[in-house]
This record gives sequence, structure tokens and C-alpha cells, in this order.
Amino acid sequence: MNKSFASHGQIIWALFVTRTKEFYRDRGALLWSMVLPICIVAAIAFAFSGKEQVLFKVGVYQSDVAAMVAEPLLKQPYVQRVEYDDFEQALQRVQHHQLDLLLSADQPGKYWINEASAKGLAVEKLLLSQADIDVNESWIREAVSGQQVRYVDWVIPGVLGMNTMFGALFGIGFVIVRYRKNGVLKRLQVTPVTPLEFLTAQVLSRLLVMMITAAVVYVGCDLFLNFVMLGSYLTLILVAILGIFSMITLALIIASRTSSEELANGLLNFVSFPMLLLSEVWFSLDNAPAWLVAVSQCFPLTHMVQAARDIMINGAGFMAVSHHILILAVMSGLFLAIAAYLFRWNER
Amino acid sequence: MNPILEVRHLKKQFAQLTAVNDISFQIQAGTCFGLLGPNGAGKTTIIEMIEGLTEPTSGEILYQDKPRDQRFKMEAGIQFQSTSVMDKLAVAEILKLFHSLYHKRTNLPELIETCELGSLLSQRATKLSGGQKQRLMFALALINDPHIVFLDEPTTGLDPQSRRNLWAMIERIKGQGKTVLLTTHYMDEAEILCDTLVIVDRGDIIAQGSPQDLLKEHFDHFYVSLDRVDFEPVMATWPEQVIEYHEQVEIQSRSVEVTLQNLQQQQVNLRSLRVRNPTLEDLFLKLTGHSLRE
Repeated sequence: MNKSFASHGQIIWALFVTRTKEFYRDRGALLWSMVLPICIVAAIAFAFSGKEQVLFKVGVYQSDVAAMVAEPLLKQPYVQRVEYDDFEQALQRVQHHQLDLLLSADQPGKYWINEASAKGLAVEKLLLSQADIDVNESWIREAVSGQQVRYVDWVIPGVLGMNTMFGALFGIGFVIVRYRKNGVLKRLQVTPVTPLEFLTAQVLSRLLVMMITAAVVYVGCDLFLNFVMLGSYLTLILVAILGIFSMITLALIIASRTSSEELANGLLNFVSFPMLLLSEVWFSLDNAPAWLVAVSQCFPLTHMVQAARDIMINGAGFMAVSHHILILAVMSGLFLAIAAYLFRWNER
Repeated sequence: MNPILEVRHLKKQFAQLTAVNDISFQIQAGTCFGLLGPNGAGKTTIIEMIEGLTEPTSGEILYQDKPRDQRFKMEAGIQFQSTSVMDKLAVAEILKLFHSLYHKRTNLPELIETCELGSLLSQRATKLSGGQKQRLMFALALINDPHIVFLDEPTTGLDPQSRRNLWAMIERIKGQGKTVLLTTHYMDEAEILCDTLVIVDRGDIIAQGSPQDLLKEHFDHFYVSLDRVDFEPVMATWPEQVIEYHEQVEIQSRSVEVTLQNLQQQQVNLRSLRVRNPTLEDLFLKLTGHSLRE
């Protein structure tokens, strides 16, 4: 009495509709998942809308050679020095007004600024007046151009990613634990529903809900802040789908056996907080030690945020973010396989 | 006739505790089979092993002479002792969901009528009373038009009227030829509904048979009860066995007529006199030395 493909589809569809109805009838949760991120972004926009900070950021690409000649400037308390291993990345920061001036080791005496940046021009004057350089040698100026990327523009992909992370992890994790605790899973276990059918329906329902929520939040934030979006919406949607999918499947692993909401809460926090801190949601890891950057690469949120940011503020195409897409796809498959293997209808 | 379900040498061990100890029984198709015992006797463990929720430590469970497979899931209807359904869904939506999970389905309007759910269809399941919720769970157990229905303490916690409603529904499905496996610790329920009984205590079967046969086998007397204060003057010399309670006495009488004649001859006040047949509670007490509800 094997089930046909249509029968699998019918069961998944019935469970999908049920779960989706349950979500949209929970008006409080629905409203909160949309209002919270808009509030956060609005607060950030408000906080950074005031006077510019006096701090200048000077990037130094590789070794102290580059820095040596500009030592007097870099020693100033109002100058923050940022080391870079990737010249292209550093140059992009200058283009986006995120870095005021860049020095390079392999091209001593040369500096890069964005002529449209007032801070860049100011720090250039400081460099030329204070740098310890041979009088016979003069500085070579390389000008770059690019649209200014505000912190708000930079942080939007992070906030959207953070919102989907919490929605995906806690949304599906708690539901499955609650189903197990109150006996819903036990009731389903004695029907012809298989774990894979049940999990697929839960994942698809949550994915749909999170995509709609993310779209509403995206549009809401855009109306409010008019943030930068230079890339392809299709690529961004693909990144969002895979990012959300990977985090939902990660939540399925956590919720695969326990019926304790307290334990599930602890485990979900254990997973979400490192991601919140290390996935470049709020700040860049440009200055962080290499091991921390390596750790951050283990999190799906890092790849989702980095890819989304690259698409939105650098206009990166599919190929440019394909490594993130591939990693997210692999993580999703791996997490789903582990979750299906570990899943129990009942706590034993 | 081959049994619809057969359990052979079933055993379940939880660490040091033997919850079910090598039990065997058969259930004939179209009958109501009762699994009777006090709380903690192992009834739920037995029924959950049969349902496939708990793995037996050893033993065999055969459905229609074969080990259970996907067909058993399709043809069994199950009502748990305590379980829940999805929040925020109406009764009609829950019925529709479970209805769509099976190939073979019962006629939904008929089921709604049988389980008296017509007036509750638009209500959220979480807002139902205990009796209404049990009727919904009963309907879910019948939604696939099952051959065998498992009811684990279906009337526990219900008021007398709701209990009787559920009994009537169980009688109705018995009338449709379905096999029912019922666990309960209510003796009246078992006596009324069950054709065959297995009484379990501490994981062992202590008696097996029809309620009437079991009572006939173990009892040859009736119980005549009186207020203690009325019986006290003749208690010491009374020829039959007497069970003493705080305010009452119960005479184990082989012949009610003879006992009544003796009481009248001794001029005992008969204002509180009551006569009753032995019950399964008496049987359980006789076999184990403790009450079913302890």
C-alpha cells in the first residue's frame, strides 16, 4: 500500500495549509514579526541622521610599509586605522564613503580617496601636511568615485537577515516543540503521515511566511529610508530563499527531539546569538582576527547577509555571490538530512 | 475464526521496571475487547505497543495474522488518553485535515452526525469542553473508516452525561461491525461495553474472559448490605461471611431469600437493606487484594 506522488503531495498540501492558517491567525506574532524590524531600522536611521562623527577612517593595505610614511597621521587620536588584506575590498569601502582614505604597501606614496567625500578631502589635507615623507618625494593621488553608502544602507541587509533568522529559528523551532509537547505530533504519528511529509510542509509554510514578511519589511524600510539597491532582485530573492531555508532546517535539528520549550529556547539562543554577533549584521569584521572571520563563515546568516549586501550596495551579480549561494544550498541540504535523521515524533 | 489482532508474549522493560510482563491475548473481529486495570497497571503501555508508538522489548503483535505494516496504520483508528490538535483551527478544519490524510475515508457528514459535532464545526478546538473535545477525538479515530478502533480511557474526566453519550457512540460503532479495543479503569464501562476482558495488574494478566463468565467463575454469592447500627446486635452470631465497613456491613449471601428470612427472624431493622450482584471491582479486589482505583 505505497503512497503515490499525488498522495504525498496531498498530505504535504493539507499540512502546509493548516500550518499557514495557524500562523496568520496568530495576529500578535504576525504583526510583531513585521513591525519589529521596521522599528529597529527607524531607530538606526534616527540615531545616525544627526551630525557626522569626527573620526576619520584610514585603510592600510598590507604591511607596515604603507603605514610608515603616514605614521604621524595614523597616530592621531581622531584617526582610526583599519587593516585590509584585500585591496579590492578596501577600495570598495573608499567608493562607498565607508573609508576616508586608503594607503597601500605595494605602492608607497600613493593614496586613494573619493573626491565626492568631504571627509576624504579633509583627511587628505591632514595627510599631506603631517606625513613624514621625503621632501623630494611627493604623494600620488588616486581618485575614485562611487555613491555614498550610509550606515543605514549597509545595515539594512543585516537587519533583514536578522529578522528572518529569528523568524525562521524561533518560528519553526517552537512550533514543533509545542506540537510534540501537547501531543499533536503523537496524533499525527498514528496517521499515514511520514516525518518527511510533515517536515516538508512545516518548512514550506515557514518559508512562505518568512518570504512574505521579509518582502513587507523590505518595502516598509525602503519607503521609510530609501536605501540603496543596485543589484538584481531575482538574485536577492534566491539568496533570501536559500538563507531562510538553511536557517529553518537548522531550527529543525534543534527541535528534532525535545519537548521542552525551555531547552529549545536555550538551544535556539545558543545558535542565534553568535550569528547575531559574528554574521556582520551590525558591524563589519574587517578588523577582526582571522579565526573569528573563519568562525563566522560557518553560519548561514553570514553568507546570507554578505551576499545580500554585495547585491544591494555593490550591485553584485549571480556569479559574484555564487559561492555564498552554493554554501547556503549545501548547508540547507545537510541540515535537512540531519534533521530528518534525528527527528522523533515523541520524546523518548 | 482468525483473530483480527493477536499479541504473543509481549514484554516491555523500562530500566529496572517491568511495565508489561509476557502477556498474550487475541481479539476477535467485531467485538469490544476491554483492557481493564488500575492506573499504572500497564494498560497504556500495552495499547501504545500495539499502536506502534512504543517499541516492545520482546514479543509479537499480529494484525490479521501478519506483522503490522502500513496497512495497519490505514485501517486502525486511534483515540489517545490525552492529546491535542492544532491551535487556532476550527473543528471543521481539523476534520478536513485528518480526512485528507487517508485513502479510505468515512463519509464526513455522517461522521459529524454520529459524533454530534454539527453545532461545533465553526468552534476552535481549544475552546471545546472536555466532553466535546473527546467527541472530536473520537471522530478523528473514525475518520478513516477503520476496521479496528483503539480507545484509551476515552471517558476519563468526563461528567456522567458525557460518559453515557460516548458509550452510546461506542455501541453504535460496534453495531457497524468494527472491532474496539478499550482501556478503562471504570468497571461499569467495561461491563456495559466489553464482550471480552483482560484484567491487568502490575504488567501481568490476572484474569481473562467475558465479564459474565469471569463473575460466574469467581463468585457464587450476592451482596446484601445494611447499616452497621441495625446489624450490630446479630453480627457476632451471623452464619454467613460479613464484610465490615465504617458505617455499613455487607453479607456475602448464597441465597438472598434465605438471608432475608434469617434477618426477619432475628428482627433486624431492614430500612437500609440493599442487594447487589458482584462487580468487576469485587473481582479485582478478590484477585489482587486492592481496589481498581487505588
